Amino acid sequence: MVPQIAPTFLDNCLTRNEWICGRYYSTRSEELRAAVIQHLGIVLASVALGLLVAVPLALLARRYRRLEGIIVGTTTAIYTIPSLALFSLLVPFTGLGPRTVLIGLGLYSLTILVRAILDGLASVPADVRESALGVGYGARTLLWRVEIPLALPAFMSGLRVATVSAVALTTVGSILDYGGLGDLILEDATFKAQVLAGSVLCVALAVTLDVVLVLVQRLLTPWARSAAPRRKAVAA
Amino acid sequence: MNGVLDWFRDSEHWHGDYGVPVLLGQHFLLTVTAVLIASAVGFPVALWLGHRHRGGLLAINLTNIGRAVPIVAMLSLFSLSVFGSGYLGPYGRSGLATLVTLALFALPPIVTSTYTALVEVDADVVEAARGMGMSEVAVLRRVELPLAAPLIVSGLRLAVVQVWATATIAALVAGPGLGNIITRGYANNQTAEVVAGSLIVALVALLMEIGFVGLQRIVDPRPVTSH
Repeated sequence: MVPQIAPTFLDNCLTRNEWICGRYYSTRSEELRAAVIQHLGIVLASVALGLLVAVPLALLARRYRRLEGIIVGTTTAIYTIPSLALFSLLVPFTGLGPRTVLIGLGLYSLTILVRAILDGLASVPADVRESALGVGYGARTLLWRVEIPLALPAFMSGLRVATVSAVALTTVGSILDYGGLGDLILEDATFKAQVLAGSVLCVALAVTLDVVLVLVQRLLTPWARSAAPRRKAVAA
Repeated sequence: MNGVLDWFRDSEHWHGDYGVPVLLGQHFLLTVTAVLIASAVGFPVALWLGHRHRGGLLAINLTNIGRAVPIVAMLSLFSLSVFGSGYLGPYGRSGLATLVTLALFALPPIVTSTYTALVEVDADVVEAARGMGMSEVAVLRRVELPLAAPLIVSGLRLAVVQVWATATIAALVAGPGLGNIITRGYANNQTAEVVAGSLIVALVALLMEIGFVGLQRIVDPRPVTSH
């Protein structure tokens, strides 16, 4: 009779394909860390890229009302293109590589950010603007000292949406082998421990970035904290 | 670009299990079923919340939460666990998992826009209707719903287009639909095929948008303003 030694040797949570597997985390920690770093890099770079284009576009749209419809309309149209299709339509121009993922995700951020900047600037009360002009503010000081601070809350909420959705959309980048945690999830769709780890880390990354942005917003708008209770007291 | 035209001309791409008609049918069926499921769940909840002006925080934040969920992860988890990756009749491989994921994705736009639509109905009009002795059901059915209809339809449009677009991702997880053309193109390094698949998806999405804009005009109870 053949002695049964094989099971004790090969039997672990990886070979049993279990959802939660300590061995997976201990043997693949390097891979996981690399995926998280790549994911974070893609998100930050694409949102920064979106922001870089969104600011001048939004200011242009505000300056020239006729352009506003075109800019908002075009960016909204881009947003309705599905991520997989957007990447695909970019491929002929940007190639089968990281560039396509970054530009594609940047375009999505752009849409949200242009809207957020315009909404933010529109939310500045006209009488505040008027009184600033009345006390002698020029166009530039008005923008920096009055309009931008007051537009911050709406802008920051847009930035949060853009960042969080970039985290989710980055996974689709794995079609171009550049999807951060998405690469882990799609590498082997039957590998339970890895699919779960990739998914959980992806959500955790989104939540972390969102919390960081909320904290940044609080630091940038200290008056909002003290103003909120006062407003409530008036209402009561 | 010539490659794309050649792809459309090749009759091989129009026949068989992975031909355009079959995949288009799967894609369409998936979208419609997912939106119907989401509507069946989302509308009653949103109508009730909106009518009572309650739960606004949840109704509005649902959309943001929806954006944060990576669909690739959700679909993988679903097809690996509860719903499996088996064939589901006309819905194809991983049909059930895809259907559930898409329905969940259609939920936020439906709930958020329906809720917003009802809350934004002029409070004076609702008050007047109550003052005339209308029951709550009548207020909802004869006053709030007609006035909210255009916004509700726009939410439905968002849901349909979003689900239609998102359904392409199913193919990444070995699911059904038009995404298969795109993933096949990537797998074989055929840029033309990738672009052709995307064009089909985008073109139908555009047609859907146009159809819904028409529907939105039809349901608008306010008279067309003439200048």
